Amino acid sequence: MTLKVGDKHEQVVIENVNRSHIVKYAGASGDFNPLHHDEGAAQAMAGYPSVFAHGMLSMGLTGRMLTDWLGPVALKKYGVRFTKQVWPGDTLTAKGEVVSVDNGLATIKLVTTNQNGESVVEGEAVAAV
Amino acid sequence: MADEGFEFPVDRTQVMLFARSVLDIRPEFSDPNDPATKAVGGIVTPPTFVQCSAHWQPNYPLDLTRPRKDPAPQRAAGGGGGGGLGRGLHAEQHYEYHHPIHVGDTLTVTQKPGKSWEKEGRRGGKLKFSESITEYRNQDGVLCVTATSVGVQTERAVDQ
Repeated sequence: MTLKVGDKHEQVVIENVNRSHIVKYAGASGDFNPLHHDEGAAQAMAGYPSVFAHGMLSMGLTGRMLTDWLGPVALKKYGVRFTKQVWPGDTLTAKGEVVSVDNGLATIKLVTTNQNGESVVEGEAVAAV
Repeated sequence: MADEGFEFPVDRTQVMLFARSVLDIRPEFSDPNDPATKAVGGIVTPPTFVQCSAHWQPNYPLDLTRPRKDPAPQRAAGGGGGGGLGRGLHAEQHYEYHHPIHVGDTLTVTQKPGKSWEKEGRRGGKLKFSESITEYRNQDGVLCVTATSVGVQTERAVDQ
């Protein structure tokens, strides 16, 4: 596909995160850290108010925005920082914007925000265009 | 200092399960007969799919109920990237994609430690960061994905 600087894509990648979403990700990925599915453990082990989603679930959902936009085999790099935890009840919107295109590679700035506009994931992707 | 690695067979059901877990229903991740799938040479995998190698990692620490002959491994404080039990959190994750992964591939997965560093956090006290670098090679020895995970250990729980 053709991309140019300033091109944008945005989509709601999950609405009203619930414990079933989180457990399904745990089962698929193999990450059974109790912080993500065991309410008592989340409170006792680390003082969290409840379970929270895997950061990698947010990254996977943000990755879905990228493949919906760019196709399944365009990515050359994809990296994120986890900036805030995602809690049950959150709704996430993933946004990408092309910031440079050079030698057939587009660099895309990424941010995924919750329903309060707070970023939960920030990062960058490079895609072949 | 990479270990000798372990095998991670990429099968169709695992790709389907993982795609569903990130709410993805595109045919290239599930339907071998869809024209879109044929156009990419068969079922390919979502960008973060290689995380599923955890199922095959013998010493994977974040699966306490996995049946094992030996006691479950403990994650050392501050070690190894990718979050952890208790106050370990996953700070960053980066992938480089060198070659597509297809259903039917058998990947060999090797891991090695990367950089480590400390910084003073605003909310969680002293923060200890460490990288873990994982390489995924297919049955032809072709490097498919390089993954860099950054884990952080905090002195106290982070209020959010």
